[in-house]
Amino acid sequence: MHRTGELYGQFETLEQQKESAALGMWVFLSTEVLFFGGLFMTYTLNRHYYGAAFGVGSNTLDLKLGGANTVILILSSLTMAMSVWASHVGKRKATTGFLVATLILGTAFLGVKVIEYKQKFDHHLVPGYHFQIDYRAQHPAPNDDPKEIEAEKEELSKAFAKDPDLNAHAQLYFSLYFGMTGLHALHMIVGAGMLVWLIRQSIIGRFTPTYNTPVEMIGLYWHFVDIVWIYLFPLLYLIDRHQ
Amino acid sequence: MSDHIVPPKVYVGIFLSLMVLTAATVAAAYVNLGAFNIVIALAIASLKATLVVLYFMHARYSPKRTQLVIICAVFWLAIMLALTLSDYVTRDRDAAANISVLQMLES
Repeated sequence: MHRTGELYGQFETLEQQKESAALGMWVFLSTEVLFFGGLFMTYTLNRHYYGAAFGVGSNTLDLKLGGANTVILILSSLTMAMSVWASHVGKRKATTGFLVATLILGTAFLGVKVIEYKQKFDHHLVPGYHFQIDYRAQHPAPNDDPKEIEAEKEELSKAFAKDPDLNAHAQLYFSLYFGMTGLHALHMIVGAGMLVWLIRQSIIGRFTPTYNTPVEMIGLYWHFVDIVWIYLFPLLYLIDRHQ
Repeated sequence: MSDHIVPPKVYVGIFLSLMVLTAATVAAAYVNLGAFNIVIALAIASLKATLVVLYFMHARYSPKRTQLVIICAVFWLAIMLALTLSDYVTRDRDAAANISVLQMLES
């Protein structure tokens, strides 16, 4: 049933067969570039129009958590690349180990994302009826640093002076924040599912130096998702940190 | 790709470069450079993406036709961004304000 590493009839050589798989994967990734591209386009326009609201929204994000997630995700790309290498040189245990590490790091990323989303719900920063950009400044929690709250109040009053419709425009920012990071997280969940399958295939010894196309192709997908985050991180977290 | 095996040393080197660039983008965000903040943020992100594509995704070792697909993807994205922005950015903001007045009258 599983014809691993065999040459299919339509190809001349194994090398051509592998290259065709990679070519097809890249064509798929091109469609993904344009899929995310539409969101990046929407983001660019709205940031162009409502810069003040986007700056205020961006500064509510937790840079420590976002930065940690960037490191986690790039590290998971490294372990993914290492598993491709291990499968190329026929190290079965190392292949499995690196795949498991990638899965753990990917899950950690999603876990941090859950913490960040929860904060946004707590601070009334989820677009909708209860959205209030200055909720945290008006209702600080007992353990909030009073200096921080003062700074936030000052920042908000400046932003309201620039843009009286700040509350509405900040919702645009948060809609894009949840839309873009949500679509990215969905890709991570799909990737994690494929990793589970890869790990199983690797454990039962499906991959050899001549047959490791699935590891390579899912690797390409994983790195693509990493690249999306490489752009999301500065665009969402670092708009207006200097002031 | 093909039968070219990238040694782990290269992967670790690329990973360390990506970490340095991540630190650089955070540091640059705290300096007020006006309109150049976004330029620098995007330049660093693009440099990081290029490193990932060339080495982690083996584009550097791929056949020309695979590289062509990658270039096409970036090119199509550039068309979408450039043509859409050339419309919106050159639009009359007063006209946009008039539209919102019309919307107010309708409601």
